[in-house]
Amino acid sequence: MATYDFIFNGLGLRNWCGVSGDDSGGTMSMSQLLAQTSGDDVDLSSWETPFPSMDALHEACPSFPQSRELTSGLEEGFLSIKDVLKAVVDPLTQPLSWALNEALWVMQTVPWFIMIPMLMLVAWVVGRQMKLVALVAICFGFLGFVDYYIYTMQTLAIIFVCALTCVLFGVPIGIAMSRSDRVQRTMIPILDMLQTLPPFVYLIPLIFLFSVTEPKLYGIAIILYAIVPVVRLTDLGIRLVDPDVTEAADAFGMTTRQKLFNVQIPLALPNIMAGVNQTIMMSLAMVVIASLVSAPGLGVLVLRGIRSLELGVGLLSGLGIVLLAVILDRVTKAALARINVSQSS
Amino acid sequence: MNDTEIKISIRNLYKIFGDDPQPALQLVNEGVSKIALLEEHNHVLGLNNINVDVPTGKTTVIMGLSGSGKSTLIRHINRLIEPTAGEVWVDGDNILEYSDKQLRHLRQHKMSMVFQKFALLPHRTVLQNAGLAPWVDGQNERQYASEALKWIDRVGLQGQGDQYPHQLSGGMQQRVGIARALTSNSDIMLMDEAFSALDPLIRTDMQNLLNELQVELKKTIVFITHDLDEALKLADHLVILKDGFVVQQGEPQHILLNPADPYIEDFVSDINRARVLRVRSVMSPSSDASGQFNGDIDHDDTLESVIALSEGDTALNYRVMKDGQPVGRLDMRKLVRALVPLEQSDNLENGGYS
Repeated sequence: MATYDFIFNGLGLRNWCGVSGDDSGGTMSMSQLLAQTSGDDVDLSSWETPFPSMDALHEACPSFPQSRELTSGLEEGFLSIKDVLKAVVDPLTQPLSWALNEALWVMQTVPWFIMIPMLMLVAWVVGRQMKLVALVAICFGFLGFVDYYIYTMQTLAIIFVCALTCVLFGVPIGIAMSRSDRVQRTMIPILDMLQTLPPFVYLIPLIFLFSVTEPKLYGIAIILYAIVPVVRLTDLGIRLVDPDVTEAADAFGMTTRQKLFNVQIPLALPNIMAGVNQTIMMSLAMVVIASLVSAPGLGVLVLRGIRSLELGVGLLSGLGIVLLAVILDRVTKAALARINVSQSS
Repeated sequence: MNDTEIKISIRNLYKIFGDDPQPALQLVNEGVSKIALLEEHNHVLGLNNINVDVPTGKTTVIMGLSGSGKSTLIRHINRLIEPTAGEVWVDGDNILEYSDKQLRHLRQHKMSMVFQKFALLPHRTVLQNAGLAPWVDGQNERQYASEALKWIDRVGLQGQGDQYPHQLSGGMQQRVGIARALTSNSDIMLMDEAFSALDPLIRTDMQNLLNELQVELKKTIVFITHDLDEALKLADHLVILKDGFVVQQGEPQHILLNPADPYIEDFVSDINRARVLRVRSVMSPSSDASGQFNGDIDHDDTLESVIALSEGDTALNYRVMKDGQPVGRLDMRKLVRALVPLEQSDNLENGGYS
């Protein structure tokens, strides 16, 4: 009766399957339900032969698993290791929660008339351009003026902690990759996966692992998403260091450590800084999505705009994110330009 | 040359590039040629049984065309490249038996290197670059500054200590490279095509600078070049390399007058012999000061200057002096004969440096 009966009959698995054509066992698939309601059980022409999918094979043999059992199996598998995973990951990531909480507290507690000049000072120290300082003042002034100051500071606090963590882990990983082809070969598929997996997909298993009230939930999601460029560009930057110069370092008897910290990293710094710039941009992108899992900041306003169709709120908070992105990008690029000037050859 | 001490001694050195060099080395010992090794076994024979002695306090020039293995050879002396087989003796130690720590010590204190593309650290100033060797050894800028500045001044970069390399021209960058090598106070200087990236006038300047420094410092220099004029200008001892083996080595004048092989004849046929050859190489030695002479010349004069002195008259006869003592005579006819390449001179059986 079902299209693929012949496979199980041919392989002599009929007994394992149970009675052929007995549809009463197991839950029915959607197509079976539809066929039942429409009443007619017409023979399919060969033109309409179904793909030998799990569901089609299940139709021929009730003991064969349906595809929904695969997804539910994955879910059960994850849930069964969840407790162990949580016991390991939870304490390891606890410092991230603390850091995020502290950063959020600091950024929200320091009054605006201290915070904005401080941010201007940071822009000056990093970029040494009056234009940049003015840009910072105007943007934060505007965001404060439209009463988005607190949201902006929350977003900034999250980005600050997450980008810093990315650099802290990403640069050493990149260095390890640059020194060993084997490490590079294993890391590249992982980085590719992190970069292409839709960001929402990170969130699902994280929700199972941590309670939604914990900041590390969104912290981890942002870090996983944003760490890729700094790792890749550190690896690339160190591999691109002029081999003549590293040879000279060897010829003058430098130790591996001296060579790494005084030749390879300084010469790779333009690339590493480009990676840091990209990492900051990507954590800003992710911080909006992370508001789905309780990350505070401008993303919350964007979400409110979507949920209750408040067009004005959505547009204005979107503009706020753009302004923040422009500031962060310009400041890091100014730092990069300063490094490039001192190294151009 | 027999009276000089040997600083670096390379013995039976082989280098084969490829996935599995040891079996390939067996094949080479069985007489497989470089071309056959590449085509049939996919291994490149880089150096083939090299034996070279580098005399103390002299400039040894290793000359060869691209692909002859000269850059590979110089990198064996400080073990930037590991050989497939052979020995490298420096001051009585086989450095191939050195541990990493001993090797670093050797590179920091006994050998320094000057590179074709300068290889300065772009993020460090000229002073910091020049002081690289003491810095690697743990000294800070204040400690090494006086020594580094002394050599920066000596190579003609007075007052440039605070510049960054990219602010300097190529010739000045290579002067920093030389200052860096000198600041390490090592006895041995390895120079890998050090002047090849410079334009001709600057190159001549740098060659003169190196010769001046050498008169004063008496370092053991191993200099790599593909340029015969440069080799003849600098060399006390010349090694000619072709396809990874030594074709001929010895005193440059001797090689010029007695090329051992058509390859070297080709090489030497293009140069201005009058400018390179010295009186001592073509004179008839005798301490007998009697007889008729048209004048005195120094044993180290070039033939060009003697021709200028004689105003082209081939009938003249000169007395050759060394340190005020007569050491031989020079017949102008003999001088002119020596200017013609490929003329077999009568002492060919001596066959190179021994």
